[in-house]
Amino acid sequence: MLLVGIVFVISVGSFYLIHLLPGNPATVILGFGATPEAKAILYKQLGLSKPIYLQYFVWLGNVVRGNLGISFISQTTVSSVIRSALPIDAEIIILSQILAFAAAIPTAMRSARKPDGIVDRFLGASSFTLLSIPPYILIVVLVLFISIKLGISATGPSAYVSIGTDWITNLESLSLPAFTLAIGSFVVYYRVLRSDLIATLQEEFITMARSKGLSQRRIMWRHAFRPSSVALLGAASVNIGGLLAAGFIVQYLLQIPGLGYTLIMAINQSDFLVVQGIVLTVSVLVVAINFLFDFIINAVDPRISRE
Amino acid sequence: MLSIRGSAVSNFSSLEEAVTLLVEKPEKSEPLGPFFWICVGWIGLNLFGAIFANVLPLQNPLNESFNTINAGPSLHHLFGTDDLGRDIFSRVVYGSRVSITVGIGAILIGYGIGAPLGMLAAYRRGRFDAILTSFMYLLLAFPAIIATIAVLSFWTPRSLFKIILVIGIASIPLVYRVIRTATLNVATKDYVVAAKVQGATDRRILMKELLPNIFPIALSFFLIGVATIIVLEGALAFLGLSVNPPTPSWGNMINEARTVLSQNIWLALFPSLALCLFLIALNFIGDRIRSHFDVTEVKL
Repeated sequence: MLLVGIVFVISVGSFYLIHLLPGNPATVILGFGATPEAKAILYKQLGLSKPIYLQYFVWLGNVVRGNLGISFISQTTVSSVIRSALPIDAEIIILSQILAFAAAIPTAMRSARKPDGIVDRFLGASSFTLLSIPPYILIVVLVLFISIKLGISATGPSAYVSIGTDWITNLESLSLPAFTLAIGSFVVYYRVLRSDLIATLQEEFITMARSKGLSQRRIMWRHAFRPSSVALLGAASVNIGGLLAAGFIVQYLLQIPGLGYTLIMAINQSDFLVVQGIVLTVSVLVVAINFLFDFIINAVDPRISRE
Repeated sequence: MLSIRGSAVSNFSSLEEAVTLLVEKPEKSEPLGPFFWICVGWIGLNLFGAIFANVLPLQNPLNESFNTINAGPSLHHLFGTDDLGRDIFSRVVYGSRVSITVGIGAILIGYGIGAPLGMLAAYRRGRFDAILTSFMYLLLAFPAIIATIAVLSFWTPRSLFKIILVIGIASIPLVYRVIRTATLNVATKDYVVAAKVQGATDRRILMKELLPNIFPIALSFFLIGVATIIVLEGALAFLGLSVNPPTPSWGNMINEARTVLSQNIWLALFPSLALCLFLIALNFIGDRIRSHFDVTEVKL
C-alpha cells in the first residue's frame, strides 16, 4: 500500500518537472528550430494539447509501456540510453558495498571488543574526520595522488572499458570510483555496527556464551553479529540514495559513462527528457531497494515484524 | 478520597526516585572539553568572515591579474592566486558566504515548517498525527538528493534563493521525523501529564514543558543538518547547479581547481580545507551537545 503511494508521488513529481521549465515545454525541449514532425511526436508523447491532469495519464501510459520519449540530441530513445548506462552504476555501487562491508565488519568487531581502548579511540577519531569529508574532495585528492603523483593512468579519466570487452581493465577503471564510495559507506557502517555490537555484547546471552567457554571469535560471529546487523542493514538501506548521488559526482569527475555522467551531460545540454527519465528510474530503483532491505531485515531479525 | 490518598502515597516513592535521578544526572553528563570550544571559536570566525567579508581589508575576489597566475602563498597573497590571478584567500572567505547562507537558510526553512508540525503531531496524536506522519514518510522515501538535482535542473534560471528553497523543502520531512520522535519521548513524561492536569493551556505545555526538553536534540540536529546541506551545496556546485561563476563558492572553487590540479595544488587545497574544517567543527559540536545532554540516539 505504502509502495503504491510512494510510486504515485514519484511519478507525479517526475511528470511535473517538465512544467517547471520557463515557457512552452515543447519549445524549450526541442529548441526553436524544431521540425513540425518532432513537435508532433513530443506532443503525442507528453499529451501537451490536453489539460494538465490528462497529460499526466498520457505520460504515465507511455512510461508504463517503457516509452520514455526520444532524446532530441542523440535521437535515440531515452530508455536505451538508460539501459546502457545503468549497469555501470550498479557495478560501481556493488563493488563499493563489498569493499565497505569487508572493511567495516572486522574493524567494528575489533573496536567493540575493547570500547574506549586505544584502537577504538583511534578508529573513532579517524572515522569522525572521514565522515566530514565530502566524496568530491576525496576523489580530487585520490586522483591527485594516484594518477598524477604515482603516474598510474588506468585509474584516470576516460579509461572506462565495458565489462563485456575486457573485465580486468573494466575492474581497474572502476576501482577508483568504487574505492571512493566505499570510504563514505565504510565510515557509516563502522559507526553503526560498533555501537550496536557494544550494546549486544552486554546482553545476558553473551555472558552465557562466555561462561560456556566459547572463543571470542565464535561469540562475535555466531552470537553477537546477527542481532547487531539489523541497524547495519538499515543504515545501508538509507545510504543507497546518497550513494547514487555521490556516484554521480564521481562518475562526472572521472568521465565514466554511467547514469550520473549521462544525467549531468543531459542537464548541461538541456536534454530534458533524458533528465526526466533518469530521475524517474533512479527514484523508483531507490524505493525498490529500500523495500528489498526491509524484507532482508525481517528475515535477519523476525522479532521486528512481530512487534 | 481514600483512593487519592493511596495513590499519593504510592506516587511519593516514585517521586523520590525521580528526584534522585535528577540529582544524579548533571554528574553523569560528560564535560564539553576544550576541543568543543575550539570548534565553536572556529565556526564563529567563519561566520564573522562571511558576514563582514566586504568590510574586511580583503582583495576583490573577482579581480583578475595576469601578472600573478597560479602563484604560491606569499605575504601579498596569503593563499596564493588562481589560474586567473585572483586572490585565493579572499575567494575562500567570500566563498564561505554561499555555503553558509545555503546551509543556514535551508535548515531554517526545514525547522520553520517541520519542527512545529512535528511537535504538534507528537503532542496531539490521533488522526492528525497519523495522516501527517504517513505523508511525511511518503516524502522521505523519495531520495531527497535526486529530487533536488531534478528540480534545480528544470527550474531555470537558478538563483541562490531557489537553491535554498528547494533544499529547505526537501529537509522538512527529516526535521519533522526527528522533532516528532524527540517530542514523543518527552510528551508521555509525568511532568507533562502533571501540567495538563493542572489545567495548563496547550500553548503553555508546548512552549514551557516540551520545547526546553527537546531543545538539545533539536540544536544538535540543526548543526548536523547545516553540515549536511553544505556538503549537498558543494555537490550541486560540482554539477553546475549552484550559483554561477565567477561568484566564488567552496564547491565551485574546488571544481575549477580540478582542471589545473597539476599546476596549482593550492587552489584545490585551501577551499577543500576550509570546507572540511568547517564541517568537522559543526559535526563535532553537534555530536558533543548530544552526548553532553545524554540524549541517546532515537531508534527509527
